[in-house]
Amino acid sequence: MKGHTIESLRNGYAKGEYSPQEIFDSYIKKIKKENPKLNAYLSVFTSAVGMASEGPRRVAGEESEQKSQQTFYARPMMPSDKALFGIPCAIKDNILIEDTVTTAGSKILENYRAAYDATVIKKLKSAGATFLGKTNCDEFAMGTSTENSAFGPTRNPHNLERVPGGSSGGSAAAIAADLAVFALGSDTGGSVRQPAAMCGIVGIKPTYGRVSRHGLIAMASSFDQIGVLAKNVSDSAQVLEIISGHDLFDSTTVDLDVPNWSQNLDRDMKGLRIGVPKEFFREGLSFEVEEKIRHCISKLEKMGHKIKEVSLPNFDYALAAYYILVPSEVSSNLARFDGIRYGHSTTKAMDLAETYFFSRAEGFGPESKRRIMLGTYALSAGYYDAYYLKAQKVRALIRKDFDDAFVEVDVIVGPTAPSTAFKIGEKSDDPLALYLEDIYTVPINLAGLPALSLPCGLGSKSNMPVGFHIIGKAFDEETILRVGHQLEQNI
Amino acid sequence: MLTDNEVSHIAKLARLELNETEKEKFKKELSAILDYVETLNKADTSNVEPLMQVTGLVNSVREDESRGIEYKPEFLIGQAPESKNNLVKVKAILKK
Repeated sequence: MKGHTIESLRNGYAKGEYSPQEIFDSYIKKIKKENPKLNAYLSVFTSAVGMASEGPRRVAGEESEQKSQQTFYARPMMPSDKALFGIPCAIKDNILIEDTVTTAGSKILENYRAAYDATVIKKLKSAGATFLGKTNCDEFAMGTSTENSAFGPTRNPHNLERVPGGSSGGSAAAIAADLAVFALGSDTGGSVRQPAAMCGIVGIKPTYGRVSRHGLIAMASSFDQIGVLAKNVSDSAQVLEIISGHDLFDSTTVDLDVPNWSQNLDRDMKGLRIGVPKEFFREGLSFEVEEKIRHCISKLEKMGHKIKEVSLPNFDYALAAYYILVPSEVSSNLARFDGIRYGHSTTKAMDLAETYFFSRAEGFGPESKRRIMLGTYALSAGYYDAYYLKAQKVRALIRKDFDDAFVEVDVIVGPTAPSTAFKIGEKSDDPLALYLEDIYTVPINLAGLPALSLPCGLGSKSNMPVGFHIIGKAFDEETILRVGHQLEQNI
Repeated sequence: MLTDNEVSHIAKLARLELNETEKEKFKKELSAILDYVETLNKADTSNVEPLMQVTGLVNSVREDESRGIEYKPEFLIGQAPESKNNLVKVKAILKK
């Protein structure tokens, strides 16, 4: 993988080859050159924003910005004890950074300035990371291609005609093009792993409850998790360690210790039981993806692990359950965008009701409207039992399928996405075809499990990246990171 | 297939003003998605409890006290289209 990693920068700082400021500036320069063709970033920061964590507090006005820069230059080049000292990152534009514009890829939040830092941002700041900017995404993280962004699609750095995947497509493209060292994304049904697969990088979605969503703009609250996109598994593990943990500001976070994942990556683990669900290898999976996945599985076998076929009998129902539950939660979460307190507000309204109707009509894009409509229908009087309740019961069946499989195996593997990156515009007229992109990632969010996508080479037909999906037991990020890391060394 | 009336009714519940083109488009698209999710009816869910959330956490509570966070009014009240005396101003509920 080209460009800097956390480790390479740490070594460079230790040897005094460059300063954090020089690295930051070189990334900003590169972004300004490359971003016009990729559209990976929606906004790029001045140096002062990223350096605020250690430098003097930023106050308005040029002079003080200048001062904070000078202070930063004057700092020693030696790395501090901070784990992410001087590591430049990109943040998906649905995660709040205080006093910066956060759009969530939507026109309705085009000018919205975040009032506070998300918990993950606070943690990254205190670990010494610097922030390059905010990355493009499908509107409110709803999509699989980043074509649903109100600010234009992001292009795949491997082939500019193709999508980068989604919804965290901007974050994935930024890492693949080395426009940041690591990035944060959010994953509701695959939005970290699928773009990571399509851009040929590592993406991990931790267990539901592992990372605080405080300051993440909510899409479907019983699914949303923040995840990490990076160039290798080791970087992913290091960042995930920093952002994980219980948070009083998100009552769905679980009070469990965060293990030292990055220290344990090389620990020996021969003889792991690796499950391959037979349902993953059926119609819809492209030949070139299957080829790569089979190759990875045989590598794992050669590395001394036991491969075992398992079954997820309710796999075929997962996508249908997801597309009832998620729009239902979306219709509720997006009700807050009403043109009253923040965000786009219509100028045409004569009364309060018209303010709601017109502001939402003018501000939301087609996919948001589609899901709001679908969710409102599913939750409306007379339909709740048939759709929402039925889907929650099917969700229980899917969770049980995984529980049963994990009695027999330690991890489950397969493809991250059924095909490699498709052409921009190719599927945009067919919402259902786009939904099918998530067929392998969605069941994991229904069950709340951790999963990682590892790049495993280019497809023989499209010459585009393929992602290998490694799924773990709840709160066992350790095993999937270790399998990913050790397989990474062997691909 | 959803009817025109159903589409208009859902849009009203969702507080979304849709034009005729959008109504026609959503009628077709939502009907196609609803046909697809019909597959759920093939799943046997008798005696299955719904899974509302996955962590199993129950009543996650904390002390009800100030956490000493200073929010800046310019970001909170200041982003409303209209405000007066640090309060958000809204339009009339009743038509004149």
